[in-house]
Amino acid sequence: MTSQEWKFTTKDIAEKPDLFLSGHRACAGCGPATVLRLIMKATRGPTIVTEATGCMEVVSSIYPYTSWGVPWLHTAFETSASNASGIEAALKIMKKKGRIGQEHVDVIAFAGDGGTYDIGIQALSGAVERGHDFLFVLYDNEAYMNTGIQRSGGTPHGAATTTSPAGKVIPGKLEYKKPIADIMVAHNMPYVATASPYYWKDLLTKVRKGLEVEGPAFLHVFAPCPRGWRSDPAKSIEYSKLAVETCVFPVWESVQGQGRFRHMFKPQNKKLLEEVQRITDERWQRILTKSGMTQKS
Amino acid sequence: MQIVTKQKTMALAGDQAVAYAVKQSDVDVVAAYPITPQTIIVEKFSEYVANGEVETEFVCVESEHSAMAASLAASATGARAFTATASAGLALMHEMLFVTSGCRAPVVMAVANRALSAPLNIHGDHSDSMAQRDSGWIQMYAENAQEAYDSIIQAFRIAENSNVLLPVMVGLDGFTLSHTLENVETLLDEDVKAFIGTRKFSNVLTHEGKSVPFKLDPTNPMTMGPIALQNYYFEFKRQQEEAMKNALEVIEQINGEYSKMSGRSYGNGLVETYYLEDAEIAAICLGSTAGTMKTVVDALRQEGIKAGLLRLRTFRPLPFEAIRSALSNVKALAVMDKSMSFGGNGGPVFQEVRSLLYDTDNHPNIVNYIYGLGGRDTSPTELRSIYEELQNILQAKHVEKPIQYLGLRE
Repeated sequence: MTSQEWKFTTKDIAEKPDLFLSGHRACAGCGPATVLRLIMKATRGPTIVTEATGCMEVVSSIYPYTSWGVPWLHTAFETSASNASGIEAALKIMKKKGRIGQEHVDVIAFAGDGGTYDIGIQALSGAVERGHDFLFVLYDNEAYMNTGIQRSGGTPHGAATTTSPAGKVIPGKLEYKKPIADIMVAHNMPYVATASPYYWKDLLTKVRKGLEVEGPAFLHVFAPCPRGWRSDPAKSIEYSKLAVETCVFPVWESVQGQGRFRHMFKPQNKKLLEEVQRITDERWQRILTKSGMTQKS
Repeated sequence: MQIVTKQKTMALAGDQAVAYAVKQSDVDVVAAYPITPQTIIVEKFSEYVANGEVETEFVCVESEHSAMAASLAASATGARAFTATASAGLALMHEMLFVTSGCRAPVVMAVANRALSAPLNIHGDHSDSMAQRDSGWIQMYAENAQEAYDSIIQAFRIAENSNVLLPVMVGLDGFTLSHTLENVETLLDEDVKAFIGTRKFSNVLTHEGKSVPFKLDPTNPMTMGPIALQNYYFEFKRQQEEAMKNALEVIEQINGEYSKMSGRSYGNGLVETYYLEDAEIAAICLGSTAGTMKTVVDALRQEGIKAGLLRLRTFRPLPFEAIRSALSNVKALAVMDKSMSFGGNGGPVFQEVRSLLYDTDNHPNIVNYIYGLGGRDTSPTELRSIYEELQNILQAKHVEKPIQYLGLRE
């Protein structure tokens, strides 16, 4: 069933066996653990998961135990996208040579904000540019929580972390959260979306869509961390709702590149489109003037 | 030697010979990034892919770090994976080399040995792979393009052997081998295919007691690359050491099998001896230098000097017994290092060879020669001077200056 046909109901979710199993060592109220469990509920068949070093890798794979009901590979912090590249390439050629039994195997790469915004962005950008067919899931708890709450490129402006403490002179992180999903949209990739575990049906639908598109898909999921956020573990899901409602973490999706602008091409939005064109032209003219160049006619 | 199977003579540079061996080895995934002097390997292989001459998924990655991560992941998924690099590329892979051997992924890699920056230098020495000697990879060094070709084919068998399951790097000296055209005897495709076969998988026990193949397979979900703490990590590492020990026997065995098919053998696969039986003075070296050394030894023998050479083909695992036994009659020994261990007691090969001879009775007097860094040419005259110094050491029964630099302005 495609995402259009499959109605994600509570019954569907409850009936589908977990693939991210209980017994892992995540903290009470852990947003990422809820996110992973939900995401694995939306898989559509044989799936291989690869995961960056981080909280979820550590809590789910303490040898000799595992929380994974699917084949799972961890290699390093910055490698979830490059691992996905290798897995996808292997599956493609082995299927061609008749060396695997499955008709199709989905590949999901998980990484936290550190493994996506920062150390993993090169491998992610490369894998997306090469067009590997995989879903990359960023579970964003907005800091390096596994190592003890250090700031990342995904930590919001003003947030206190152990490497951006709210001190007497510097009031927390001075820089702004990197627009990671926009960066991925700029790759002109088939599917980019943001999601929140409070809107679980939306999250699951987006996972399914990301798996269904041919080529790379990127899903940015808001994932509260009670330890790192100094927040009440009972409120993680509530925060996931508030973040969306307050536009702190808007949920949106971009299908086949610039889907976010599709509405601008409707007749009623003609003026909006003209306005964007005018602003773009004016800005370009200013750059030319500043550089001492003139527009060639 | 008797040539057992039909072969085709091709004019190939070392890099081309490697690419051709990979083409014949039924490789599923090649993930690689270009770097001098390895570039020809990826260029040539890209041609094979573009012309539909191989059934291989070529992943043109954005860095060597990703090259190794993708090769490792492809291998974990059950593919036969190959990559190639050199110098800074190998250094960038450093982290992933340990992960690959730790995950017991039988990836094969060609390393066109090149100096490390700074200052930047694109020419051949062994600084790059010597810096990775403790990464858990099997390391072999080729003497010529022919051996580079033969070693790549053998490497897949060695790496994938169920008693080994370790990645293998095959070194070929940058430019001296990588870019120099030689006549290479190549096997027919079907012979290589028959020799290598398809990848076999070792079986492992699941927690339910089921025996399943060791790979990422949706039919038998397996967690690979987990976190293992104080209570298990140590045992994982000990198993890797055991696999290295097993590799000694496997390399010998595969060298023998390959020799039966091709008529070519490289000593016992671990070390190659040259006039060592009655040698009083001898040198040890790796890679292409051995070719020049052999002509020097030939000349010395003509003069009645009992000189010999030991070429270390396999550096990891280090063949202790083979080295000890080959050197049992040698009184004065020169160990040649094409890399440095800054602040250490000589170069890496010297340190190890000297250490393994400590336990032998009547061990030789040993001198270390560091040479050829950054691709500096080493002439037969310079190499001959080593044997002349060894004759002095033989007379004096004493090494005046244990660490020496060959062909250096000081």
